[in-house]
Amino acid sequence: MKHIISLLMENEAGALSRVAGLFSARAYNIESLTVAPTEDATLSRMTIVTSGSDEVIEQIIKQLNKLVDVVKVLDLNDGRHIERELMLVKVKATGPFREEMKRMSDIFRGRIIDVADGSYTIEVTGSCSKLDAFLEALDKAAILETVRTGASGIGRGDRILKI
Amino acid sequence: MDDRTPQTTHQISGAEIVIRCLQEEKVKFVFGYPGGAVLHIYDEIFKQDAFKHILVRHEQAAVHAADAYARATGDVGVALVTSGPGATNAVTGIATAYMDSIPLVVISGQVPTPAIGMDAFQEVDMVGITRPCVKHNFLIKDVKDIAPTLKKAFYIAATGRPGPVVVDIPKDITAHFAKFEYPATVEMRSYTPIMKGHSGQIKKALKLLLEAKRPMIYTGGGLVLGDASAELVKLARALGYPVTNTLMGLGGYPATNNQFVGMLGMHGTYEANMAMQNCDVLLAVGARFDDRVIGNPGHFYSKDRTIIHIDVDPSSISKRVKIDVPIVGHVQSVLSEMNDLLIAETRKPDADAIKSWWEQIDLWREKKSLVYKNDSQIIKPQYVVEKLWEVTKGDAYVTSDVGQHQMWAAQYYKFDKPRRWINSGGLGTMGVGLPYAMGCQLAAPDAMVACITGEGSIQMNIQELSTCHQFRLPIKVILLNNRYLGMVRQWQEFFYENRYSESYMDSLPDFVKLAESYGHIGMNIEKSADVEGALKEAFDMKDRFVFMNFITDQKENVFPMVPNGKGLSEMILAGDE
Repeated sequence: MKHIISLLMENEAGALSRVAGLFSARAYNIESLTVAPTEDATLSRMTIVTSGSDEVIEQIIKQLNKLVDVVKVLDLNDGRHIERELMLVKVKATGPFREEMKRMSDIFRGRIIDVADGSYTIEVTGSCSKLDAFLEALDKAAILETVRTGASGIGRGDRILKI
Repeated sequence: MDDRTPQTTHQISGAEIVIRCLQEEKVKFVFGYPGGAVLHIYDEIFKQDAFKHILVRHEQAAVHAADAYARATGDVGVALVTSGPGATNAVTGIATAYMDSIPLVVISGQVPTPAIGMDAFQEVDMVGITRPCVKHNFLIKDVKDIAPTLKKAFYIAATGRPGPVVVDIPKDITAHFAKFEYPATVEMRSYTPIMKGHSGQIKKALKLLLEAKRPMIYTGGGLVLGDASAELVKLARALGYPVTNTLMGLGGYPATNNQFVGMLGMHGTYEANMAMQNCDVLLAVGARFDDRVIGNPGHFYSKDRTIIHIDVDPSSISKRVKIDVPIVGHVQSVLSEMNDLLIAETRKPDADAIKSWWEQIDLWREKKSLVYKNDSQIIKPQYVVEKLWEVTKGDAYVTSDVGQHQMWAAQYYKFDKPRRWINSGGLGTMGVGLPYAMGCQLAAPDAMVACITGEGSIQMNIQELSTCHQFRLPIKVILLNNRYLGMVRQWQEFFYENRYSESYMDSLPDFVKLAESYGHIGMNIEKSADVEGALKEAFDMKDRFVFMNFITDQKENVFPMVPNGKGLSEMILAGDE
């Protein structure tokens, strides 16, 4: 099952490679990983999308907690949460595509953020599955390039990950 | 203001700060080898006499010796190596310590800060290379960080589940100046080891133990590292339950006590493995249910039992085996609490059930799974270890390398005290035996130290014979020389139809002459009748290093044996051959 794990860690050189190294050394699955400093510059917040059995996820959480630089770990799947990912898609915008791409972008509440003679760049945000659905909906022949940030997640309501 | 020259008289060099930190930590020995990147530090070592520097002949041995010193004393071991090859040579030692959770601080030199990343001479990314095999590591980038970083390094190494910590220090940092202030305490928001176990869980565990019909106590290296042997003995005696130790846990419970059923696992005794498989309540303390201990987890699951697991590391719990009652905490604290509860307890163990459980165990004991056929001529390796135990009155520090001799040492030397059996259990590093013996002998200068080894393993760090001579370490090497990589040969016999691929040790040196050339005493022992006399003679030479070359039976195998992937009760016994 897919899990979104959020963690706070010391914003120090090498901290990211400790997490990435842990996942490869123990053969854990890693679908995406995003990291950036928080409002407190000494801390980084990381969101890891992974998958595995309950036992594997339990081990992942424990092993992450064991890393000396990691301050707090939260499995967002333990409660209600929101997940968002940003994707930029460059699509062909020639002939019939020019109108169709605009329409598809509107349907998925995307925004065209760059317009060129032969292409649009569309920005879409949403859950990972929404972004997947958008790519599915596009004519394959129209897609020139895609880039995704990987998911960021946050708990709903009072669920707060803070030290 | 720069820190390249002292601004005030209070400022000292980074190199001197390193020395002052080691003094603050009351370090007695630093095991090391000099080189370009650590020359400033070595210059300061020259000027001090607070600790002794032990010059090894290979950096791997420096880390192993520091590791053994830590295992024997419980203090943090310290090694010092230079950058590049010095650092990479240390990696095997670091990984060995990591697998067995040994507290170490390894200081490695690094090329000067401006040269980092330039493929400089003797440059290697030590922090990157060691990341997967350390508890934590640091690269120091400012002279002011040396003292707080070393303070943290010692704290992290020794607390929680112990482990090695690498501190990489660029050469220029050791030449810069700063005021020396050693922090009194460490506060880390990201690192707060748990000490006390959950009281509710401890009560629950004790209730289960008292209700057990077929209880079993299984303890590992964590019990020894947590200095909780006395607490375990108290608990086990009060309950009257059988106890087994893992390879790493030997000495945690006295082997000569009747409640001890021997080591368990791949080469465990019949009774230990059968009791482990058939118990109804299992108390696991500082052990991690690894593949060499419980064999095939599926087979282990085939019997129903309730498992209580005490461990300082939450990630060891429910890793390979599902645990019913997890207790995260320092083993000593948890066992003390359990003992206190037991004293106040009105319920008693079920005497009838425990009696019939012991009767069952005694039936298993009758298999006498460690009996071997002695020979009047050819030396049996087991016999040498038994005689070693007698001659040293079970009171020696015994180190071993890796292979058949390691298993015979574990099976036949009855360890009654913790921290006496020093071996590489997790990583299984050949070549540790001699440097381990060095660390033990320095930790306990008046103690008997025996290094049980094989002719394959001993050659992996043979250069340390020189170190042993320089520091006059009166170690006794017990070489069980069967002219084979014995454990490899045994597997080839069992699982590869006797195709002994590359497992014969050809062109062996004359070990007596070799020992003599390093200034030691060498002995060849070729007949079983000579074993005891030779051992006595060697141990009577209290101030000499003696290298004893026992020519042993080439075809002897280690039994019992749980073949790889099989279940604990699916042992091959000596008679089944």
